[in-house]
Amino acid sequence: MSLRIVVCVKYVPDATGDRQFTEDLTVNRDDVDGLLSELDEYAVEQALQIAEEADDAEITVLTVGPEDAKDALRKALSMGADKAIHVEDDDLHGSDVMGTSLVLAKAIEKAGYDLVITGMASTDGTMGVLPAILAERLGVPQVTLLSEVKVEDGTVTGRRDGDTASEQLEASLPALVSVTDQSGEARYPSFKGIMAAKKKPVQSWDLEELEIEADEVGLEGSWTAVDAAAQRPARTAGTIVKDEGEGGKQLAEFLAGQKFI
Amino acid sequence: MAEVLVYVDHVDGAVRKPTLELLTLARRIGEPVAVALGAGADATAAVLAEHGAVKVLTADAPEFTEYLVVPKVDALQAAYEAVSPAAVLVPSSAEGKEIAARLAVRIGSGIITDAIDLEAGDEGPVATQSAFAASFTTRSRVSKGTPVITVKPNSAPVEAAPAAGTVEALAVTFGALATGTKVTGRTPRESTGRPELTEAAIVVSGGRGVNGAENFHIIEDLADSLGAAVGASRAAVDAGWYPHSNQVGQTGKSVSPQLYIASGISGAIQHRAGMQTSKTIVAINKDAEAPIFDLVDYGVVGDLFAVVPQLTDEIKARKG
Repeated sequence: MSLRIVVCVKYVPDATGDRQFTEDLTVNRDDVDGLLSELDEYAVEQALQIAEEADDAEITVLTVGPEDAKDALRKALSMGADKAIHVEDDDLHGSDVMGTSLVLAKAIEKAGYDLVITGMASTDGTMGVLPAILAERLGVPQVTLLSEVKVEDGTVTGRRDGDTASEQLEASLPALVSVTDQSGEARYPSFKGIMAAKKKPVQSWDLEELEIEADEVGLEGSWTAVDAAAQRPARTAGTIVKDEGEGGKQLAEFLAGQKFI
Repeated sequence: MAEVLVYVDHVDGAVRKPTLELLTLARRIGEPVAVALGAGADATAAVLAEHGAVKVLTADAPEFTEYLVVPKVDALQAAYEAVSPAAVLVPSSAEGKEIAARLAVRIGSGIITDAIDLEAGDEGPVATQSAFAASFTTRSRVSKGTPVITVKPNSAPVEAAPAAGTVEALAVTFGALATGTKVTGRTPRESTGRPELTEAAIVVSGGRGVNGAENFHIIEDLADSLGAAVGASRAAVDAGWYPHSNQVGQTGKSVSPQLYIASGISGAIQHRAGMQTSKTIVAINKDAEAPIFDLVDYGVVGDLFAVVPQLTDEIKARKG
């Protein structure tokens, strides 16, 4: 029986660019280049490895986002995913994690799945709560923050490295897995992969297709409100000295002056 | 006065510092009711009372250790239903955020994570967060349901504020999802004797410039002279010089100590995302053009192999 894997990915503003908020206090995406969130590349990689081990598996990559977000899907397809679903709707603008997770959950259910894989967090919002929320919404076990993952005979096992302990986890499929950047280096798309990706199917769904009302998502339907966003004042220029043999002592003097010693 | 639920992070009854900080913030918006789960939960009551908890709800069951996250969500939900609080506060650990997130979905509430400050507002608690590698500060609130907010360590002072701290047993019924993810093994992290990275008041980090695992003792020696935690940049971790659990940055841990000392770290945006909210920032780097120097309160342009040991010796000498 075929193993159906859905990988959720996010298209994010490039962190090395000059990121800003717009007037409605949502992220300004117009003036910044976007890309597939680096942490989601690890999710795609693990999906590919799990599919390679399975007799028969199909990987669908799923994203919720504006037109440009297709770029993130193309990258995942060129790495080796089989098909893609893009949920796009003007009413989604400004959705927070509750709205986005609702859309993802509905889309995952509509697509059909045995295993959902996500990155540990997005590199823009960096909340890291979406995987747990998705598991709650889907009503499946959460096997999250894995640095090692394996799927065999309808069971997912993995290692979760926490603050105080390293845990071995086990759950039956269907399940939701999130992986960390320690799960294994993500592959680069090959030329062949990039060419093949152009022919792979990308489905587009909107809110109506997912039976979601406009007021459940978007800025209006958001469960949180951002009232203000201010650029942090630039740090006042610090003292910089060149070490000419006394650099360590000078630094100690500074730390003593600040009462750290 | 409205009650505020505070989720207690503790290890066998020893309450971790971020929870005591949460109690300070909770008192700004109401009366803290603490929820302590698992072995040793009862033992947390004294210290929680000392820091303002009017009540401590406790529960212990094998499910809390044998299964991942969900049993704790069931318990926090039971506390929520028993108390009807004005807000729920949870420490921003990896597990804390997952517990808070699932609770928020269940009770139909919005969630704010990684708050760095919290105050009472006309429309409920107002949370300060930092965004885009800490280049922006935002003020947000939960607009639907009971605010569920996770707070980063070092966001508030720990203050004594004696309260009753009456212990009450919390009745918990575990749902079908509670036993979904089995914990089949647990290896405690070996203690280094140093403070936990995300909670430490001082963090000393090493990067590419440390040039090898065998040199990291230079960073550790400095950390020990200051009673600090040790951090590492992604470059140092990827090179295998230091464990991933010590990585500071966008894909590692986010720290906000009183003092951050970066040695041999150039300060790529991904690293800055994890340390830019530190109060005082110091850097030692050979390259005068390194972007980290844009952030520093004090910087030394020089070879860390000369500067760091001299600094360590000087600190030891001054401390006697």
